[in-house]
Amino acid sequence: MTILETRLRLRRDSGRKLLMPYLTGGVTPDWTDHLRALADAGADAIEVGIPFSDPTLDGVTIQEASDVALARGATTAGILADLSRSRIEVPVVVSTYANLALRGGADRFCRALAEAGVRGLIVPDLPLEEAGSTGAAARAANVDLALLASPATPPRRLREIAERSRGFVYAVSLMGITGEREHLATSAAGLARRLRGVTDRPVFLGFGISTPAQAAAAARDADGVIVGAALMRRLLDGADPAATAGFVRSLRAALDGVPAAAPADAGG
Amino acid sequence: MEALALRAPTAAPVAGRFGRHGGRYVPEPLIPACAEVEAAFTEAWADPGFRGELARLLSRYAGRPTPLTSASRLSAELGVTVLLKREDLAHTGSHKINNVLGQALLARRMGKRRLIAETGAGMHGVATATAGALLGLPVTVFMGERDVERQAHNVFRMRLLGAQVVPVRSGSRTLKDATSEAMRHWVGVTEDAYYCVGSVIGPHPYPWMVRELQAVIGQEARHQCAEQLSTGTPDQVVACVGGGSNAAGTFAGFVDTPARLVGVEAAGGASAARGEVGVLHGFQSLFLQDEQGQIREAHSVAAGLDYPGVGPEHAHLRDLGRAEYVTASDEEALAAAVRLARAEGIVPAIESAHALAWVVRAAGTAELPTGGSVLVTLSGRGDKDIPTLMTYLNDEETR
Repeated sequence: MTILETRLRLRRDSGRKLLMPYLTGGVTPDWTDHLRALADAGADAIEVGIPFSDPTLDGVTIQEASDVALARGATTAGILADLSRSRIEVPVVVSTYANLALRGGADRFCRALAEAGVRGLIVPDLPLEEAGSTGAAARAANVDLALLASPATPPRRLREIAERSRGFVYAVSLMGITGEREHLATSAAGLARRLRGVTDRPVFLGFGISTPAQAAAAARDADGVIVGAALMRRLLDGADPAATAGFVRSLRAALDGVPAAAPADAGG
Repeated sequence: MEALALRAPTAAPVAGRFGRHGGRYVPEPLIPACAEVEAAFTEAWADPGFRGELARLLSRYAGRPTPLTSASRLSAELGVTVLLKREDLAHTGSHKINNVLGQALLARRMGKRRLIAETGAGMHGVATATAGALLGLPVTVFMGERDVERQAHNVFRMRLLGAQVVPVRSGSRTLKDATSEAMRHWVGVTEDAYYCVGSVIGPHPYPWMVRELQAVIGQEARHQCAEQLSTGTPDQVVACVGGGSNAAGTFAGFVDTPARLVGVEAAGGASAARGEVGVLHGFQSLFLQDEQGQIREAHSVAAGLDYPGVGPEHAHLRDLGRAEYVTASDEEALAAAVRLARAEGIVPAIESAHALAWVVRAAGTAELPTGGSVLVTLSGRGDKDIPTLMTYLNDEETR
């Protein structure tokens, strides 16, 4: 088993609810200071987005963060170089769109991730049918390609996604795009339960999880949560690393108040 | 009048692949929706009842078959026989209605309660608004803010037809961004809404389905050429290419003939001619992009050609060498539009004028030798472009 998945499983199995904040790479000159602050504030992994010109699964906040980062000259190579230098102990999972991952070939992309110390990869527009060659390239580079599951995914397909996903399974909590929401989607709990019924890989719920209370509610049925837009909105509004860390600490505290899953769910 | 006979169905490409291009590169939440459209269209397209209803609508509502017009004065000037396939005479003023009537009937058959669409120049938006009115389905059209400004005429037509037009303010504020926004919206409404894609782009089954629905252009043109040309088939078949739906429909009628197939792109949107392999909007094909893989903005006076990618079947036809892709500049297209207006009394859409512009440039050269014959698909009429043409002509006359 890879480093990322082993680490997430060990933490989960110790009764901890997992937290993966999202940060757009290159969004500010001091973005790696934010990265370190998130790591110190209790993140179990950090999702770093490599910005794409046309993020079709992202709402206004991450669109804006992507535009800001690209306008600052963010590139794949630049973000990976920053990550190499940052040397944080918390595992980094890169997320980006297929065109950036495939541009110079999936093999080269995955090797570059590994060389920068990246442990995982999320490519939302590479569904099961199109993920084969990138999955192979990721395996060869010892990077975990995590797949998405959605509330609309039928049972057999859900099982296949859980089997072929590596590191964890990304459970998209709602039928929609990224962005803050007033309430946790009603579809979130059902999807997390369905996934945990077919896999013992860590299951993270993401999309629309905006507050500590929502994170805690989501973590009742999932192993962990991914929080993106709510963090990026604060950052775009001018939050410094201490402030983003404060938000992540509030998420951490809420998750630490959630009772651990029954031991039967936590085998590994 | 006899009902129109549609071309026999062509099987779906395996896994939606045209050679290495195509596919279904959409996020997991959209996979069931794409599979649902694929299953529904595969079944409907083989159903004589569905095909008969579409054929009736195409003839009695949309005015098909459209004529093939011999452009005799232009032919004399250029020294080549120019035949025009008159999609400008189809209802709503462009070929877009062929695709939309098929997809709107499909949406109704699937039990969907409303239609969503993206549009560039607005012709697909107008066609979708029209089909929505005809079938009683509410329509939401996503349109780049820049296109909303430069195609005010079509924006009003959509509103007149009862559709809601949503201006898109992200990115280049043109067709690319309208398509992204339509996809974002679709993720949240797949249960209820049918996404009516306007060109041979998007995830499988759209590139195949839209080509099948537009193949009526090529099928009619082939029979009409056989009647009107002593040689039976034209030497060359030319159409403009943005995403490439009118070209795909035209080429479908001639791909198994000796005719040379030429797609004409806007010089500022030449993805088939100069793009590189990439993935956007659910499909792999050729895209304008930088070394990093960021998509470049296309630039064209013709909003309908202002797209940085091209349908996957065109990329495949280029790989095979079966079709060639060339470009025409804004200036050449505007001049060709005026020339056709004055030589034949037909004002073409600026998109369609790109195809003519290449014919004008190539006529009498080795590309299109004197004495040869060329079929040009006139994909739409130029009413929407009157303000642009007015500015152009005023500038010309004061120069």
